[in-house]
Amino acid sequence: MGTAVERFDDKARELFDGLGQNRVYEGELLRHRVYTRFLHWMVALWFFLALFSGFGIYLPWLFRWFTPIFGGGALSRSLHPWFGVAFVFFFGLQMLNWIKLMKWTQADTNWMRNLRNVVSGEEKLEPPDTGFFNAGQKAQFWEIVGGCVVYLITGIVLWAGAPVFGRIAVAVSYVLHDLSALVMLGGIFIHIYLSTIGEPGTLQAMIRGGVSEAWAWTFHPAWFQQVTGRDPRKAYEDALRRIRAGEKRS
Amino acid sequence: MSDRRTLQIKQMSAHPGPIPGGAPGEEVQRDYEVCKLIDTTICIGCKACEVACVEWNDMPFSATTFDNTYQTMPETRWNFWNLIKFNEHQREDGTIQWLMRKDQCMHCADPGCLRACPADGAIVQYTNGIVDFQQENCIGCEFCVSGCPFNIPKFNGTTKKVYKCTLCSDRVGQGLEPACIKACPTGCLKFGSKDDMKFIAQTRAKQLHDNFGFEKAGVYDPPSIGGTHVIYVLHDATQPEIYGGLPSNPQIPWSYTIWKWLAKPVLGTFTLFGLLGVFMHYVMVGPRRPQPEPLEKEAADGNRG
Repeated sequence: MGTAVERFDDKARELFDGLGQNRVYEGELLRHRVYTRFLHWMVALWFFLALFSGFGIYLPWLFRWFTPIFGGGALSRSLHPWFGVAFVFFFGLQMLNWIKLMKWTQADTNWMRNLRNVVSGEEKLEPPDTGFFNAGQKAQFWEIVGGCVVYLITGIVLWAGAPVFGRIAVAVSYVLHDLSALVMLGGIFIHIYLSTIGEPGTLQAMIRGGVSEAWAWTFHPAWFQQVTGRDPRKAYEDALRRIRAGEKRS
Repeated sequence: MSDRRTLQIKQMSAHPGPIPGGAPGEEVQRDYEVCKLIDTTICIGCKACEVACVEWNDMPFSATTFDNTYQTMPETRWNFWNLIKFNEHQREDGTIQWLMRKDQCMHCADPGCLRACPADGAIVQYTNGIVDFQQENCIGCEFCVSGCPFNIPKFNGTTKKVYKCTLCSDRVGQGLEPACIKACPTGCLKFGSKDDMKFIAQTRAKQLHDNFGFEKAGVYDPPSIGGTHVIYVLHDATQPEIYGGLPSNPQIPWSYTIWKWLAKPVLGTFTLFGLLGVFMHYVMVGPRRPQPEPLEKEAADGNRG
């Protein structure tokens, strides 16, 4: 880390703010700026192209119907590494963009210990020290960072093949490449679920950039406090009171 | 054998479901496992087999590297499937032995290339033992190269396909011997059933041992890959490596056995259960909504408008 990275990120954010728009309405907060959203969807695009072109090579027994999308098995095979390179490139930029926010803290360790209650739905409000990203998001981020390193190293071995790296290197890389893909795919299921139907109101953060204040104080209270200066717990209770009052009136 | 099908397909790479019947040439094939016998003790290094192979398979010849030996090129190529390897071996007593070995696909009973191949039907093994690449199904991933213990499959960067010796399956299918066998002037190459070739090889090895003083003479038919459909008679079967790197214990990487045929489908399916998992979470636990949750009344408001 250094100021060079920060300067690069600031420049990129400014450039992309000029290319697009951040639409935030009354009662909303800006969560993701244009640059972040651009990178996110580029990462998603290349990830899924790499994933689907890889499926046919991974287990044609089950996934051979994916290969015609790319013009057949041979073309899937020759495109797959390029999709992967693009994915790693854009995720690399996203990593620089997010790396400061992804620093693991004591709050994250506590969050992980509390994971059971989050999954079981017993915890409606996130703990007050949950910042811009919660521990689950950070864990996934670091999993993808590690995954990209594995993809890149093993991918180059598989790309150049046995004549360059030897047959054992290829045989080992092949397993690691697949394992990395499986772990990442599992993570992506959870990611897509939580960002759409699992936690409603999340997707718009990556579409136009804004989230409701209620979303912010529920899922990222420390971030809410940081940007609004208001106490998230109090904001929630006020909103609850307003709703109950409305209920009585009618 | 009453079942007269030999170019009937026995195994197919990455193929879902049973192997389809009605193989080409059914009912006209030889009805046993075929085998090529290479007696390295009779080979004179004339390279007639190299030429015959290039001729029959109509391969374009390309420039080669001269490395001050009699060897045509360092190793086989996508368009050069049959190579005599020349090696000067110094024995323990200081005398020199000039070893010549015809290098080509060994047509393993348990082919590492076929195990490694992820493309449906790109590699097939016929019931007569021939392992054949079907280039129209090949996706050019080169996994077969790492699966092969003999460094045989070779990639063509232009066509993006992998090629190797077919044991002249096109000739064998019509009742002819492979082109290299036909060209050999010394009787070093023989072709027939696996049983017959094994018998001839063992007889020859015994002769070398008993009459010519080659105490370590023997037959190369490595059991670690279930035997091969190309077998050698060697002067010294205890160290096949001296014949230009013939492995004494050829192995298929474990990952192609355990990972590909067992862990891969199991773990892949397991990961797909993740989809079911998040769906069941949605159904049983439900989404986490921003708090406080809006009341149902608000939906009624929408109806009014």
